[in-house]
Amino acid sequence: MSDFAVEANNVVRTFKDGAVRALDGVSLRVPRGQVFGLLGPNGSGKTTMVRILSTILAPTSGTATVNGFDVVKEGDAVRRSIGLAGQFATVDENLTGFENLRMIGRLNHLDMTYVIKRSHELLGQFGLSDAANRTSKTYSGGMRRRLDLAAALVANPPLLFLDEPTTGLDPQSRQDLWSIIEHLVEGGTTVLLTTQYLEEADRLAKQLVVLDHGKIIAEGTSQQLKTQLGNTVLSLTFASTGDAERSSGLLSGISSNPPNVEGTVIELTVDQGPASAAVALRRLDEAGITLAGLALREPSLDDVFLNITGHKAEDGVAAPEVATARGRRARKVRS
Amino acid sequence: MSLDIHTTTAPTRSQKSAVLWAISDIMTIARRNLLALIRIPTALVFSVIQPIMFVLLFRYVFGGAIHTGVDYVNFLIPGILVQTTIFGAVGTAIGLAEDLQRGLIERFRALPMARMAVLGGRTVSDLARNVLVLVVITVVGFCVGFRPHGGFVAYAQASLLMLLFAYCLSWGFAYIGLAAPNSETAQAMTFPLIFPLTFASSIFVPVQQMPSWLQVFARNQPVSQAAEAVRGLMLGLPHEHSTELTLLWALGAIAVLGPLATMKFRRAA
Repeated sequence: MSDFAVEANNVVRTFKDGAVRALDGVSLRVPRGQVFGLLGPNGSGKTTMVRILSTILAPTSGTATVNGFDVVKEGDAVRRSIGLAGQFATVDENLTGFENLRMIGRLNHLDMTYVIKRSHELLGQFGLSDAANRTSKTYSGGMRRRLDLAAALVANPPLLFLDEPTTGLDPQSRQDLWSIIEHLVEGGTTVLLTTQYLEEADRLAKQLVVLDHGKIIAEGTSQQLKTQLGNTVLSLTFASTGDAERSSGLLSGISSNPPNVEGTVIELTVDQGPASAAVALRRLDEAGITLAGLALREPSLDDVFLNITGHKAEDGVAAPEVATARGRRARKVRS
Repeated sequence: MSLDIHTTTAPTRSQKSAVLWAISDIMTIARRNLLALIRIPTALVFSVIQPIMFVLLFRYVFGGAIHTGVDYVNFLIPGILVQTTIFGAVGTAIGLAEDLQRGLIERFRALPMARMAVLGGRTVSDLARNVLVLVVITVVGFCVGFRPHGGFVAYAQASLLMLLFAYCLSWGFAYIGLAAPNSETAQAMTFPLIFPLTFASSIFVPVQQMPSWLQVFARNQPVSQAAEAVRGLMLGLPHEHSTELTLLWALGAIAVLGPLATMKFRRAA
């Protein structure tokens, strides 16, 4: 068997008779036993990739194997070896927590005695025992996600696809989910995680690829990406756009990347936050320019994108999400 | 929250043939749909209370003004049975549209289940609901004076014919549910279909009372044939070839609508 849980070669997926290229030649290899991060903004093709790997969609061209099985020719074997959970927490809200798990277990063609035992086990482990016999309609957002994840684990699959598992969750629920994912991986599960959050990818993923408009624009470990980016963003606000423009020349050399000027704000990615801030302040003071504001912050996905692509990560629903727009519209109303 | 989240038991996959598993999957989905029916009060009202209202409305309010040649309550109840199953099929469309909208069908697609079971389970749960409705309407009918004289065997035959007819038709409604962008639209799409089929028919009134241009449609459309057959069998009245025609309509419907809905399901994402 292959050393990789997932191997994708030049996967292309188009929609609308080729007018939209959601995935434009993506190749990736996911090693076993770790979290692999697929990072990108809305519309970058993350969800499309997960849908192809979980056999929901067929690729337009290219090949992919999951746990050694071809996603097109051996779909049933793929489906027996994966679990899928995601941001929309597709639990049946008219069923109780227990009934949801039992249904998914049975549809996985597992023995009934095992399904019942495993369902109770998972409900206990995910802190849902008290809510086991309540319809999941009454669950909070965090509880739904945990139930959704539990459903993906009923069959104890060696590979889990988690499509933006913490999007829209409160900080505590997000922490809970992160702990669960870390423990799963310690137990030997491989996780392919898609996320819009650099923080999440940084915390969980050993290796990352960054997707933009259906293409991989960067890959490596989280540390490699951060080094490429700089560890901190220094944000300077000026009294006028004139001051900002005048200052951009003075600030060159502090960051390995050119300063990014936007209106009255200049942003620099730097390795040593406080030291770089001190240098910047000294130079501006010498030139007689006063600052309206100064801040140091962790780099965001936007900063990654700005550095790698030169454009901001576009928010909102871009072309590749067309196929799921139908579902998205309705689910938004619910959440 | 306990974080020892590793299973203490190894999953066991039952060894069963693909056909047995397909049946198991259909039953799992059907069971889930029926649980929803019990738990959503509006669904229960729509499928059980509404037909009772129709019985009372036509029996006591409109019935006196309708002349049928037989006691109106006897004319009415077989018609209401057919009408209810057709109104109920709207639920097939709404249910599938909702599953699609909520992403449940997507989740099902990533499971090693028989893919056909999503549609199979939906139509089977609708069949089960129709059996329930049949029993309720029969009981309510007897309470308001319904006296079928066709005998028990004919009553059973009529019931089976009606259930078969409704089952075949539900595949058409499944198609609508899969084609609609959301459940509200699915519901709206079924109305222009079910109103002429149920009201321009012999369900509530004899077609002879309609204008002649409407009679042509009302006499020959499938729902009228089904109503004539069910009524004829239950009351022990002659009903020409309506039983055979209803069977033909039913089989024709499933032969065309079954593959259509299946194709739509494969493409719907």
